[in-house]
Amino acid sequence: MKKQSIGIVETKYFTFAAPPDEMVLESGQKLGPITLAYETYGELDQNRGNAVLALHAFSGDAHVAGYHKGDDKPGWWDDMIGPEKALDTNKYFVICSNVIGGCKGSTGPSSINPETGEPYALDFPVITIADMVNAQRHLIDHLGINKLLCVIGGSMGGMQALQWVAARPKMIRSAIPIATALKHSPQQIAFNEVGRQAVMADPAWNHGQYYGKSRPERGLAIARMIGHITYMSDKSMETKFSRKLKEKDYSYGFQTDFEVEGYLRYQGDSFVKRFDANSYLYITKAIDYFDLSGQNLIPAGTNIDVHFLVIAFQSDWLYPPYQSQEIVRKLKMRHMDATYIEIKSTYGHDAFLLEVEEETMLIRHFLNRLYYGTGEPDLYEI
Amino acid sequence: MKSENVQLGHNIIYDIVEPGSRVLDLGCGDGSLMQLLATGKNARVQGIEVSDEQIYKCVARGVSVFHGNIDTGLSEYPDKSFDYIILNQSLQEAIKVEFVLNEALRVGQNVIVGFSNFAYYKARIDVFFHGRAPVTESLPNQWYSTPNLHFLSIHDFENYCANKNLRILARHYLGEHQEISFIPNLLALNAIFVISK
Repeated sequence: MKKQSIGIVETKYFTFAAPPDEMVLESGQKLGPITLAYETYGELDQNRGNAVLALHAFSGDAHVAGYHKGDDKPGWWDDMIGPEKALDTNKYFVICSNVIGGCKGSTGPSSINPETGEPYALDFPVITIADMVNAQRHLIDHLGINKLLCVIGGSMGGMQALQWVAARPKMIRSAIPIATALKHSPQQIAFNEVGRQAVMADPAWNHGQYYGKSRPERGLAIARMIGHITYMSDKSMETKFSRKLKEKDYSYGFQTDFEVEGYLRYQGDSFVKRFDANSYLYITKAIDYFDLSGQNLIPAGTNIDVHFLVIAFQSDWLYPPYQSQEIVRKLKMRHMDATYIEIKSTYGHDAFLLEVEEETMLIRHFLNRLYYGTGEPDLYEI
Repeated sequence: MKSENVQLGHNIIYDIVEPGSRVLDLGCGDGSLMQLLATGKNARVQGIEVSDEQIYKCVARGVSVFHGNIDTGLSEYPDKSFDYIILNQSLQEAIKVEFVLNEALRVGQNVIVGFSNFAYYKARIDVFFHGRAPVTESLPNQWYSTPNLHFLSIHDFENYCANKNLRILARHYLGEHQEISFIPNLLALNAIFVISK
């Protein structure tokens, strides 16, 4: 049965780090003022102890659940967030913000540079996952929350969750990194680099100076097509498309013969309508720079009290389960409380958005134990 | 509802484990033993389990579990990370028994090993008089569906410990309804040993 949606929601905005108090980035450069687009769902409890921060993946945004007025499509993780869902908005106060560097209302390369009155373009400083998290921390402070019950996200959202652990362990009680890694492997960097090269090879990209002119749509669309291949699995593509044709017969030309070609072109073309090419460059670079291997997740000699639920998917070859196991291995070495599960799925990396039933079961129980203690006996019935 | 001899095994292990211990349950199944130890003995428990169905049950019980195979080892755990390693009805399902046992002995002060006794008299009757692979209360599966890869008796395990210079700190023999002590290799369905290096 389809659970109820949270209903109509609105994006809010929080601006901070106005000069001369700019935020210092990991690179040493400064950025400010910074605006974060964010949404919240549910109510903070009296102790302000029920806040959950949901973190979006590469192309996501702050609109994670519910509907914007007039829209017929809900937020990107609406199946997981709402009344009686995995992140139950009857119990928890859920927050999601667009990352800096993005193009969905938070400050990024397409935002106006106050110094010039023009979009930043490539004058926007290179940002990292740590910078994204640092900006989120300002928002959490602004909302008056000292400690988050949980930080949760898939893919790049999982990296942000891990970065929260590394940067602000005392501000979080638990983390749920899903289909993610402590660092990008050369294969993962390679896919991102091909995407960036596709964008930059488009003459319309013009070294990032395309705002108000024709945009590098071909390059960005190709980058997105490559991305979509990596999000699926051999099996899920076979199931979805097989070798089905768009028309009755081959065109004996270079039209879209196969359904899979049509799908990729559609995905590419719709992506360019909603995403900024420079943001693509900045965010993929931030992902590639991310590296919490070695002692970076939990520095030697420190003791932290964060509970983990680490989730991977069997057919995910972009973020293979071994990378999630590496996270857990790190935690075990430090005697951390961690549960790890590899969910059976054929959806590839997309599974973190699609395997809702399994994720719901795990996350609901995990958060219940944390929020209520072990004593909610009705939940032991499964 | 658990079968009587599974519950009896859990009760014995419960009594062995000191309050507040750090425990790793290898092949922890649905997590019921871990939950028992966490709630009743205030033990810090975690498990490793290969079946994903069982993992969901563990999470529902609120116990921490790692989805994996005990045959791949415990390299992430420093030496003597735990007071007890539990291998209850799981050692005979491991492919590399010696490797698993050595890893358990490395990361744990004590290792609790529970296994079905293949020399139980009803098993002997099946083999000797009926001429078939034994099916008993503690070996409930047919030859084609058993998860057990290795079959051992109480004598076999004692000999193993003697050959490998392992200390046996305690032995418990489980009959159909309670612990027994009389000719266990013939009359015990299951045995639980506490061993250390």
